[in-house]
Amino acid sequence: MPAVVIIEDDAQIRRFLRTALGAQGFRIHEAASGQQGLVETATRKPDILILDLGLPDIDGVQVVRELRAWTTLPIIVLSARSQEDDKIAALDAGADDYLTKPFGVGELIARIQVALRHRSAGVKDGADGIFSVADVKIDLGRRQVFVADCEVHLTPIEYRLLALLIQHAGRVVTHRQLLKEVWGPSYVENSHYLRVYMGALRHKLEADPTRPRFLLTEAGVGYRLSPDEK
Amino acid sequence: MTDERPDPDVLLARVQRDEARHGHGRLKIFLGAAAGVGKTYAMLSALREKRAGGTDAIVGVTETHGRSDTAALLDGLEALALRSIVYRGVQVREFDLDAALARRPQLIAMDELAHTNATGSRHRKRWNDVQELLDAGIDVYTTLNVQHLESLNDVVGGITGVRVSETVPDSIFDAADEVELVDLPPDELLTRLHEGKVYVPAQAQHAVDNFFRKGNLIALRELALRRTAERVDAQMRDYRDGHAIRDVWPSGERVLVCIGSGPTSERLVRAGRRLAVTLHAEWIVAYVETPALQRLSPQRRDAVMASLRLAEELGATTVTLSGPDMSAEILALARAQNVTRIMLGKPRRSGWRRWLLGSVVDTIVRQAHGIDVHLLSAEPRAQSAIPETYFDRSRLYLGIRPERRRITAQQRRAYLWSIAVTAACTLVATVMAGHFDLSNVVMIYLLGVVYVAARHGRGPALLASVLSVVAFDLFLVPPYFNFAVSDTQFLITFGVMLVVALVISGLTANVRSQAKVASHRERRTRVLYDLSRELAAARTEQDIVKAVVRHIGGEFEGQSAVLFPDSAGKISYPTEDGIQYSFHGADLGVAQWVFDHTRIAGNGTDTLPGADGVYLPLVGSSEKIGVLALLPVNLRRVFLPEQQRLLDTFMTQAVQAIERVRLAEQARVAQVAAETERLRNSLLSAISHDLRTPLATIVGASSSLVEESGHLDPKARRELSHSIYDEARRMTRLANNILDMARLDAGAVKLNLQWYPVEEIIGGVLTRLQLDRHLVNVSLPENLPMALLDAVLIEQVLENLLDNAVKYAAAPIDISARVQENVMIITVADRGPGVPKGNEKRLFEKFERANMEGVHGGAGLGLTICRAIVVAHGGRIWAEQRADGGAAFHFTLPLEKTPPAIEPEYDPDAAAA
Repeated sequence: MPAVVIIEDDAQIRRFLRTALGAQGFRIHEAASGQQGLVETATRKPDILILDLGLPDIDGVQVVRELRAWTTLPIIVLSARSQEDDKIAALDAGADDYLTKPFGVGELIARIQVALRHRSAGVKDGADGIFSVADVKIDLGRRQVFVADCEVHLTPIEYRLLALLIQHAGRVVTHRQLLKEVWGPSYVENSHYLRVYMGALRHKLEADPTRPRFLLTEAGVGYRLSPDEK
Repeated sequence: MTDERPDPDVLLARVQRDEARHGHGRLKIFLGAAAGVGKTYAMLSALREKRAGGTDAIVGVTETHGRSDTAALLDGLEALALRSIVYRGVQVREFDLDAALARRPQLIAMDELAHTNATGSRHRKRWNDVQELLDAGIDVYTTLNVQHLESLNDVVGGITGVRVSETVPDSIFDAADEVELVDLPPDELLTRLHEGKVYVPAQAQHAVDNFFRKGNLIALRELALRRTAERVDAQMRDYRDGHAIRDVWPSGERVLVCIGSGPTSERLVRAGRRLAVTLHAEWIVAYVETPALQRLSPQRRDAVMASLRLAEELGATTVTLSGPDMSAEILALARAQNVTRIMLGKPRRSGWRRWLLGSVVDTIVRQAHGIDVHLLSAEPRAQSAIPETYFDRSRLYLGIRPERRRITAQQRRAYLWSIAVTAACTLVATVMAGHFDLSNVVMIYLLGVVYVAARHGRGPALLASVLSVVAFDLFLVPPYFNFAVSDTQFLITFGVMLVVALVISGLTANVRSQAKVASHRERRTRVLYDLSRELAAARTEQDIVKAVVRHIGGEFEGQSAVLFPDSAGKISYPTEDGIQYSFHGADLGVAQWVFDHTRIAGNGTDTLPGADGVYLPLVGSSEKIGVLALLPVNLRRVFLPEQQRLLDTFMTQAVQAIERVRLAEQARVAQVAAETERLRNSLLSAISHDLRTPLATIVGASSSLVEESGHLDPKARRELSHSIYDEARRMTRLANNILDMARLDAGAVKLNLQWYPVEEIIGGVLTRLQLDRHLVNVSLPENLPMALLDAVLIEQVLENLLDNAVKYAAAPIDISARVQENVMIITVADRGPGVPKGNEKRLFEKFERANMEGVHGGAGLGLTICRAIVVAHGGRIWAEQRADGGAAFHFTLPLEKTPPAIEPEYDPDAAAA
């Protein structure tokens, strides 16, 4: 039974989360403020944390930072629309994923499952070294990529980018994280590089680049490789 | 029946005066003919009576001069402690104005209205103190001797031979609410004097003996009685005006007093006032600045200024004219102003000179048709040189420190030039002397004199002509090197040369000074023009202040600052950075006083003359605006009448400009408020409709679920849940739109511009909307450049456009993009009913829908948000009818900037292949 701590000041949202997640078999612990949430997290030792960014007492991003000082526990942040900067800050501070309010239960549970899977399996996802989505197959051991069983040539950067997204499959990766990992720390402001290479990747891997099935854009935040074809 | 109703304007003026007086103290003056008539006694008795009647009456300052009966009256009266001022090591005790204002009695006694305060006091004169007390709403009793009245000052001086320097403006006397004449027959006064009941300073015994002669006392008594009678007369007329008793028509007279630079001016002004008062006429005092008068010493010019200031204090309008011909200017002014009487001083030229050169007076008398001309005789002792003390008095009056006159380097050079020119002429003349007749040689000198006169003016020209005559005599007229003249005819040559030199230098000097006057005038006009143009262009108070400070700095050669009050009415330093001419370190205390009292103060004025700068109130049409602090290099530049008028114009323009800006701001705020109000109303009505509909569904469906007791089949339950979900999403979209609109409206949105391939933006939207795959065709050209945009917002634009297309048209939707010149055009087109003709623009207004009765929902904000976002990006958005049916929405994104370069990647595999 995975345990989840919900830090959210709105009682109605807490109630809906409690009902929805309870029905999925989660053990729920609730906190209405950041301080209380930190205490709950420390005492309950949950498997996952759902954190609202707009808390009455402490900034949600600050909560992420404090938690990340001692735990690698998966954190999913909830935020309102038009809070792109906060989302990015929370993700860069170490949150695993985010959801924009209002959201559906299906979406939430999908995110929680991805986060839990990453936690238990780490990067071992696709232990056989093969990752496949839609008609694309990536052999991570041999660094080969196939679309409909035909090998496609990727440049080293394109490959590194793809591999990084696969490593975080199902989770959003911010522009900053991608740029830092693929190009290096001095490139973190050059997000146009990222867009050009993502475009190239889509042209090589997606059937219709204007309707990506798995190389998804999270506007203003980053990219997500969806392991389930859309 | 004659119209006997009071003139409404007059009544209005009276009401306004009464209103102004409301909250204003009442002034009662105890007027006496001379010292010792018992003014102080009368005043204190009246004060005691008031006090007995329950009035909070105190003594502010009083002089009992050791007289026991007067001193006895002080018993039991509350007296303010005097303030000690140490001035030049001497301790002086003066009335404490601040203590009186803090004490705020109902009535205060202030002896000796004409008293001059010691340096270091706030005001120079006690009557200024009294004015401030009255302004504060405190009633004042005061005493005054008739000889201290400004307009009678010279008359009394003439009668008694004693001229007092402490005077009180007639305006104060005239504005007094009550005047009580304290009368004592001369015989009784003399008796009192002999009994030692009249205070006499020991050192002035002789003068006092001269003063207290019976003849003098009778004359003074008559003056006091007459002055009081005049007041009573004025009151009577006032009463009659107020009660429509009008059988005497106003005289319609207007008096023009012309003054010059001599001491007669002051007498002329006083006499002019007496004439104007007797005639109940308006009066104007004019000073004509001819080129000749421009050459006057600064002292004499100060004297003119003092006379003009005196005239203004006595209630005249003052005018400074300039022109070459004094009489013509005076007559022109007289005609323009419908003057009925001109008052002049007696001509200064006399005998043959008057006959030969004419006189201003004669010309005016000859040409002034229909205007009476009054001549004032010159004072016998003023005929000769003007006493230095007269100028000292002027300077004291204006608060100007005397300045030493020096010959400047330029003047010295001019005289050296005249010597050099004469020497050169002599050289040429000596060479010519052998070949030409002497009468021709003389022309060379004449030429030299003309040159010097034209170039360097009168002094050097005179020197040159004298030197020329001397040189001509010494070197060219036999016997050489000797002043003896053998041929007397050369005497005529000398004379002619001298006269020519004088005439030419006079003429050129006139021309030059006229040119100077003209250029001054032109500059003043230009300065005003520049200022008004700049003020007209100014959009903020800051711009106005800068323009004013800069122009005042240029024109008055000084620093200035405009100080505004804060919300609490406290004058504070400007927060903005100053400019070159800013007056730093303005005295806020003085500025506050000026603002509170709307009266001028500071250096060169009667109030707080110890301050460095001059502080002038800026008063608008409805409220006090602020204070102009001015630190001139030379006070003369500010107090010259024409300069003062220029400054007034500056201030009026500045005030008008400030008021204009404030009004515009108010109007803008009001308009914004009205617009906001209108929007709020439409928003409310739109929301009330668009929110209620889904809410009704949600409440209805969810209540069915909440209240059901197992009778709903699973299918019905799912349907109910679905409708709740759909309606909630609809409300979410609406709420998002409203929020976006509010943020865009408030300008709270800061664009996060980044370089994006449009493909990615379109992909993001299509993924999010999850539209039917066959519903949307995307056609993007190869190598479409990246665009600089805010991804979240542009996705919102596309989403709204797609949403609309889906909502209004079922047919396939085409998304395309192309580059045209330096913009990228992105188009979302549908096959629906299209855009209603003529409504293409209105679509983008708030709360507009193509079909107002539509059932599609949404508050009609979608397109408005699109427009706001696109406009924020520097693009435009429009709708049009597709040629083959349907609507097309286009929006542009600027491509002015070049996308950043991408370093090509080294690909070892590609290189190998």
